[in-house]
Amino acid sequence: LSAGRVCLSHAEPQVAAGRPAEDGRAEEQDGCYQLYPGHIPTSPLQKALLAAGSAAMALYDPYRHDMVAVLGETTGCLVLPNLRDKMKHDPEGYRILQERPRIRLSTLDVNRLQGLPDGTLGREYIRFLDDNKVSPDTRMPAKFVDDEELAYVIQRYREVHDLMHTLLGMPTNMLGEVVVKWFEAIQTGLPMCILGAAFGPVRLNARKLRVLATELIPWAIRSGRNANCILNIYYERRWEQTVESLREEIGIFPPPAVRV
Amino acid sequence: HFGFQTVSEEEKGEKVYQVFENVAKKYDIMNDSMSLGIHRVWKDVLVHKMNPYPGTLLLDVAGGTGDIAFRFINYVRSMRERQLQRKLKHHQNLSWQEIADSYQEEAVKPLGDSQVVVCDINKEMLKVGRQKAQHLGYSEGLSWVVGNAEELPFDDDKFDVYTIAFGIRNVTHIDLALQEAYRVLKPGGRFLCLEFSQVNNPLLSRLYDLYSFQIIPVLGEVIAGDWKSYQYLVESIRRFPPQEEFKAMIEDAGFFKVDYQNLTSGIVAIHSGFKL
Repeated sequence: LSAGRVCLSHAEPQVAAGRPAEDGRAEEQDGCYQLYPGHIPTSPLQKALLAAGSAAMALYDPYRHDMVAVLGETTGCLVLPNLRDKMKHDPEGYRILQERPRIRLSTLDVNRLQGLPDGTLGREYIRFLDDNKVSPDTRMPAKFVDDEELAYVIQRYREVHDLMHTLLGMPTNMLGEVVVKWFEAIQTGLPMCILGAAFGPVRLNARKLRVLATELIPWAIRSGRNANCILNIYYERRWEQTVESLREEIGIFPPPAVRV
Repeated sequence: HFGFQTVSEEEKGEKVYQVFENVAKKYDIMNDSMSLGIHRVWKDVLVHKMNPYPGTLLLDVAGGTGDIAFRFINYVRSMRERQLQRKLKHHQNLSWQEIADSYQEEAVKPLGDSQVVVCDINKEMLKVGRQKAQHLGYSEGLSWVVGNAEELPFDDDKFDVYTIAFGIRNVTHIDLALQEAYRVLKPGGRFLCLEFSQVNNPLLSRLYDLYSFQIIPVLGEVIAGDWKSYQYLVESIRRFPPQEEFKAMIEDAGFFKVDYQNLTSGIVAIHSGFKL
């Protein structure tokens, strides 16, 4: 058990006796301490309820991105340690774990990246953000992961998601998202990705499903299996690298020439 | 106390304001989900206990989304109709003209001069309440006022009834709110408080705790995307004084004939007192 493990008080009536927090700063909830800003300790029952509830709500209202995030956190507990270990055993991944870079508009030098030549990671990433009108700052911080390092791992996964879109050349429409989910499911094994990959296609029409099944999914699976762990790339140091050369380096095959 | 945290008094007011600002839009849905609709019954009991007659002037503090106010209006309206029917029955020897005139009177004063003032410290909650009123077709006899329960913007001896439903536990200084309630009521006026209280049955108490701490914050996260506000809710319920203690506080504010009625084994209680 890593040092960051949280004790989860099972007997809530203990809490009802009203143990006051120490000088109101260290937030004590459910009898245990916050491990990182935004952390909400939860009991196994609560996690199970959250997983079920967030899955249902995400299907009911696909605009509830926060529910997808919660689903990822509550179901990822078995898989996240594996991902973390993969990162630890790779020199670049290890560095990322040490330095904990975050992708935020405030830390990105957008002008510099826009000035880079076409075809470079930085230029294409900014183009992707503009074309699809998204921002890296809308990613939810992790709340229900009970280990501070694993919380970073899932955070990194979320922030790298947009870069996945760039590397795979997929837009943020439903079809593009499903393709990225398939790739991520193979790469990370996160149950949330697997569920998204399995249920996402439900909302697609016949033409898109055909393209998906015949061309895009096989390519996503091949690339996913062939590629190195995508969390082990220090993207922030590779803005000048061309997308093509980065794809080759990681092991992602060129995307099929279909309209997505 | 802010739930189980200890914060300064100024902070508590601010934090409570933020909680209700966040939850305002989903307040009603959450109430239905958390209490499985039973909160509607509790509020019905409160208004029945109040038994307002047409002409009553009600102040509903922390009335936010208007649940008590709407029930009050419905109750008074049906009372008024029955009143007029009875009047007609007893005066069957009236001329046709007089009967037609009485219909006019009914149309002009459907509430019989009753009025309810909904007062809340939180503008978002009042906004939701006003929208609901419009949507449901309530317009007469309703006023929406921003105000602090500890310092009401009303003059002394003004109201016949003062209600506060699920609001008083959020007030920083409960004793001040009780004193204000006493001040704005007319002599003979009634104080009614509907609030979560202590469960008297030990088995139910354990189930209730389990439900409160395990399920309610999850519902808050899934339905409203807000775990923390609902964690605050269940903690603030535990912090609130039990029935007898609260009764003593009401008596301290000067009320007489103070009593309480437990609902659902004490999950909620209605406290009542009179200004004499």
